[in-house]
Amino acid sequence: MWDRSTPRTPRSTVDKTMTMREAISSFVHDGDTVSLEGFTHLIPTAAGHEIIRQGRRDLTVVRMTADIVVDQMLAAGCVTRLVSSFVGNSSAGSLGELRRRVEKADPAPLVFEEYSHYGMICRYLAGAQRLPFYPLRSYGGSDLPTVNEGLRKVTSPYPGPDGEPEQVYVVPPVNPDVTIIHAQRADRSGNTQIWGLTGVQAEAVYAADKAVVVVEEIVEDEVVRSDPNRTVIPSHAVDAVVACPRGAHPSFAQGYYDRDNAFYRAWSGISKDRDRLQEWLKEWVYGTADHAEYVSKLGEEFWDSLAVGEAMSLPVNYGRRL
Amino acid sequence: MSTDLTTTPGVTSSELLAVVASRELAARRTVFAGIGLPTLAASLAHLTVAPQLEIVYESGVCGAHPSHLPETIADAVLITGAEAVLSMPALFGYVLQGGHIDVGFLGAAQIDKWGNLNTSVIGDWEAPKVRLPGSGGAIEVMANSREVFVVMRRHDPRSFTEELDFCTTPGPDRAREEGVRPLGTGVTRVITELGIMARAGVGEELTLVAVHPGVTVGQVRENTGWDLAVADTVETVRPPSDDELRLLREDVDPDRVYLR
Repeated sequence: MWDRSTPRTPRSTVDKTMTMREAISSFVHDGDTVSLEGFTHLIPTAAGHEIIRQGRRDLTVVRMTADIVVDQMLAAGCVTRLVSSFVGNSSAGSLGELRRRVEKADPAPLVFEEYSHYGMICRYLAGAQRLPFYPLRSYGGSDLPTVNEGLRKVTSPYPGPDGEPEQVYVVPPVNPDVTIIHAQRADRSGNTQIWGLTGVQAEAVYAADKAVVVVEEIVEDEVVRSDPNRTVIPSHAVDAVVACPRGAHPSFAQGYYDRDNAFYRAWSGISKDRDRLQEWLKEWVYGTADHAEYVSKLGEEFWDSLAVGEAMSLPVNYGRRL
Repeated sequence: MSTDLTTTPGVTSSELLAVVASRELAARRTVFAGIGLPTLAASLAHLTVAPQLEIVYESGVCGAHPSHLPETIADAVLITGAEAVLSMPALFGYVLQGGHIDVGFLGAAQIDKWGNLNTSVIGDWEAPKVRLPGSGGAIEVMANSREVFVVMRRHDPRSFTEELDFCTTPGPDRAREEGVRPLGTGVTRVITELGIMARAGVGEELTLVAVHPGVTVGQVRENTGWDLAVADTVETVRPPSDDELRLLREDVDPDRVYLR
């Protein structure tokens, strides 16, 4: 008989919390393929900075929108290969270091695999499901397949609407050694809740061998279990949980802090000049012991400028058996 | 190209392009739009010719009700109060590839007469003179939207070119040549500071159908890098009305974030 007054005893959970330093040193190794996801929202910047601090080399970075954090990792010499579908400083300009690497091989060439957004999404979908490839209605007539041998065309085994076999492009799975994402909250075992833009984070986590989830806050199990539909990634897919408030700056965390648009605009100027960019890294990444120091260096007045007001979602009734 | 060729006094090129693009959205239901000119055009259309218009953003937001003008497609104000926020696989897989978008808005560094686009590189892909951002979702927008509008500020022979340096985003003509069958008809409208080019569908090239007041057909042809086809009757674009300008300036973008 079930006890009618209280829920069943919770299953024993493993505490996967660790510091950012421990998580990066345990799960990111030289030569690894590292996926960093977060589509404009919840970009794992603090994790990227810790990878720079720990001096990782020869990484393959997989990221749909290679943006400021990728430019910083490139400038720090961490990355030799990039897999991406958009390389730009959001709508605020260019990535200086990336352009120097690609246009002039300065200071070193960068191997670049170029896809489209849905091509990248399909690579994660194939990776997450351990499928050999994934089909999509893109790339027909594009020059991208001429520069990316990952893009291949197959004949559908089924006839199309007109009875004729259809040609369709496919992309290969991606299975990163580790995927790192940023999220609003998780419990200690890694049940991870995201609201607002949920992007492709769940697919990237399931595609990876290991997953590190960085969160604004670690909450009690009951908080997560009060709203299980908000859990985008369950704990069985997560290897480490890192508490790192404001770790997505200059991107944003819906409900926690807003996007630092001024920094996005400033980055185009900073990164255009290699010396300025190196100075920036020296001051803000190498010059800070961890993200907490970066946060306090920016100062409370700065964080007040990114503060957001409340807009609570109304509770839903999950119901319970009487 | 400078704005000198347009003769409507006191109207910026952003205002002109936004107004012209908004009129093209009449009777459309769903539009896939980026931030900037497409947002201005879609927001104005919502207040004028297309009250039922739904803007779908590449970040996954459907039915946004923003309290402030969004600064990016992922601005927090697009999410709070929105009707739905979809994951990337749902947005690209179900909404776009599933065929739910009437009009997609795209920009490009280069376009050719068939409406194929380059957003990857100027020069050779392996060692480019300029590395551009790449496709993003443009390939999917082109392949799957019922039709595509291109808005380009610059109208010169380097951008409107016979031969793209690299074809990032092909129209359906190129796709069909290799047996792939995209859903959409590709680019149907190209709006620039000089005028409007149109294309009815697969197998047709872009044709000049309208010029802005004060712009001649000859000027448009001179600034186009291929032998531009011209419609039998070239209309003169109706200048932005006082009403359109007022809505744009007072309701859509009062802080002039995009109305530069």
